[in-house]
Amino acid sequence: MDWLKIFSALFIVAMLIFLWPRAGQMIRESRKGTIDEWLWVGLLLLGVAAFVAFLMHSMHSTVV
Amino acid sequence: MSLQNSTVSPRSESLLATNQLIRNTYLMLSLTLIFSAAMAGVSMWMNLPPMISLISMFGSMALIWFVLPRTARSGAGLVTVFAITGLMGLGLGPTINYYLHLEGGDQIVMTALGGTGAIFLALSAYALFSRRDFSFMGGFLMVGMIVVLLAMLGNLFFDLPALSMALSGAVILLMSGFILYDTSRMVNAGEDNYLMMTVSLYLSIFNIFVSLLNILGASRD
Repeated sequence: MDWLKIFSALFIVAMLIFLWPRAGQMIRESRKGTIDEWLWVGLLLLGVAAFVAFLMHSMHSTVV
Repeated sequence: MSLQNSTVSPRSESLLATNQLIRNTYLMLSLTLIFSAAMAGVSMWMNLPPMISLISMFGSMALIWFVLPRTARSGAGLVTVFAITGLMGLGLGPTINYYLHLEGGDQIVMTALGGTGAIFLALSAYALFSRRDFSFMGGFLMVGMIVVLLAMLGNLFFDLPALSMALSGAVILLMSGFILYDTSRMVNAGEDNYLMMTVSLYLSIFNIFVSLLNILGASRD
């Protein structure tokens, strides 16, 4: 295992240590979303996923 | 002139504060993105080694966790934000250099750049103009972030290209969620500090760009 991987692992562990308490706090303090609100978010993220798929397809088709 | 005309109601005062917060945040975001791009250019020109990326990430995260919360409400906060974004730009140089050396690498980098801009502008504009409240996403986004980080840690040891691509996709969706969440916090007075908002939005843009580079580079192969 090279140094780059070891430092990457350390970086991720440090992020987890710092994010853990904040995540707990945000889960406790976040209000509950309605089904309608989650549907809107799902739709927007689906749009992002479709856009990324389009970019991947256009990148792939320029090679083939 | 009556006194009524010269006084500002609390509602319009809060609207003014929100508009000012939005204007300051986007102005600061534009400046930091330009500065970050310049630093990435310097790093690419100097052909810095990949280890610089990690060192800059450690440095910028230390500034975000320990320095920014203490300086965000003072003039020093401005310097901290430029230091954070400058370091992250410097760390991005070796990554961009790597993709530019691939066949058709310039197209990968330009597509990732355009794609990142399109995703950010579309989501931010939606949250700004619809004025919807996305504050309910906070807990979900943090749990998602922890799950992705754990999977990334696992993939460092297993080194599966398919998992790496799936994780990049997950990061793009998570960061898109953070853009909605942060913009809605600005609009609905959940946050009043433009420096904190700038760093938060900058991190989302940065992560979307890096993940798009990874996905487009892999799909090119």
